[in-house]
Amino acid sequence: MAPDSESGFSRREVLATAGGAAAIAGLAHGAVLAQEAPKGKIAWRGPSAGKVRLKINGTERTVNVEPRTTLLDALRDHLDLTGSKRVCDRGACGACTVWIEGRPQNACLLLAIEVEGVPITTIEGLGTPERLHPVQEAFCQEDALQCGFCTPGMVMSCVALLKSNPKPSSQETREAIAGNLCRCGTYPNVLSAVERVARGGK
Amino acid sequence: MSTAYLKPASLEDAYTARAEHPDYVLLAGGTDYMVGILHRPAPVGVIDLFGLSALTGIEAGEGVLRIGAAATYAVVLTDATVSESFPSLRTCVSEIGATQIQARGTLGGNIGTSSPVGDTLPVLLALDAILELGSSRGTRKVAYAEFCTGYRQTLLKEDEVIVAIELPLPSPGVQFWRKVGTRKAQAISKVMVAASARGSGETLTDVRLAMGAVADRPIRLGAVEALLEGQVPSLELAEQVRAAVADAITPISDLRSTAPYRLRSAQNLAARFVLQRVEAQA
Repeated sequence: MAPDSESGFSRREVLATAGGAAAIAGLAHGAVLAQEAPKGKIAWRGPSAGKVRLKINGTERTVNVEPRTTLLDALRDHLDLTGSKRVCDRGACGACTVWIEGRPQNACLLLAIEVEGVPITTIEGLGTPERLHPVQEAFCQEDALQCGFCTPGMVMSCVALLKSNPKPSSQETREAIAGNLCRCGTYPNVLSAVERVARGGK
Repeated sequence: MSTAYLKPASLEDAYTARAEHPDYVLLAGGTDYMVGILHRPAPVGVIDLFGLSALTGIEAGEGVLRIGAAATYAVVLTDATVSESFPSLRTCVSEIGATQIQARGTLGGNIGTSSPVGDTLPVLLALDAILELGSSRGTRKVAYAEFCTGYRQTLLKEDEVIVAIELPLPSPGVQFWRKVGTRKAQAISKVMVAASARGSGETLTDVRLAMGAVADRPIRLGAVEALLEGQVPSLELAEQVRAAVADAITPISDLRSTAPYRLRSAQNLAARFVLQRVEAQA
């Protein structure tokens, strides 16, 4: 994100700093509860913020978050991985779809701490603007996006489908993207994009 | 207010965590619990059971299929015995949410949440499911038909964990599942109907008829079951079922549907259970 011209801070940096202050404010309460932690081998974390190690796109990243921070918030607000979109934030729209161990899941329905150490793939792990993933390329060719907000999640679902089923039927593609809502109604073009990839990109 | 997080490494650890922290929320996928989590008071803590190996297996044993409470819908969907013996459960699970939800949601989570609109719950009623509940004190078995005692109320004790769901084998030869929602995927159901029957030939015996989203909990319709018992499906019987369903349930209107729509849908789906047998015989 481009820094604000006057302050030199990006909006995201300001938000992140504000979040840090809130976490410190919560510490006193956390310290009291932590004394009640059971002994033995049960992994105990929180309630105050602590380090969570996330394996994202093949790289280990550490975030300092409370246990109740969702994976989506950790990605967007703490790691600046804003490709996964926050739209409904309640598991209905699929715009935040990421892969957990290769399976599409909604990042808004996961606690970051739940997937510590588990391989996570986000849209940033698929392609770059200079070097698009074949499915992203096909989305462009087939005009499979209008506003583009559902697109990262839609692409994650389509790529996962093609990995397990390189030549899906139209019905199979429809089922694979049933959890990804598109308000612009680009579904037919998404199907065309998947077909294009299945044909070898032509 | 923030939340503590416990991740037990074994079932024994889960029992210990549960006994020491009865006020913590049990998380088994979280596809329901996580919805709007930041818009509610934070839980004091969560005990995360997702992926706990003692809870994720599915095995066909003597006279029973045992499904681990933390087996995901995706795993249930690909199990050979489920496909072969419990097609109603397989169809139901395949229609829950969409791929993303099926990868995370679990049968035990659906049962523990005990929402009156939990999709799998009427199926469990129709299949005579038995729950295995465990704690440091030992394990016990409870018929699912007894388990849910009111609106989101269950027999699960403060120190207990749902360990497994047992479905009796051989399974009923006749199974039925249909739900009505605003759209096919990603919609909370307005009405669900699950049914089963055994018996040879055309006669229906050991009939089970269960519904969701028509009462404060998933329910069996005993009077309609009695009406169907020992009968041969016919158009007349289907009409009698419609009338009997109207006597048996009083659904409510809420943000997802209206009472008349729910009643009509429930009547039609129950009649459909009978009519599809008539069509099969024609």
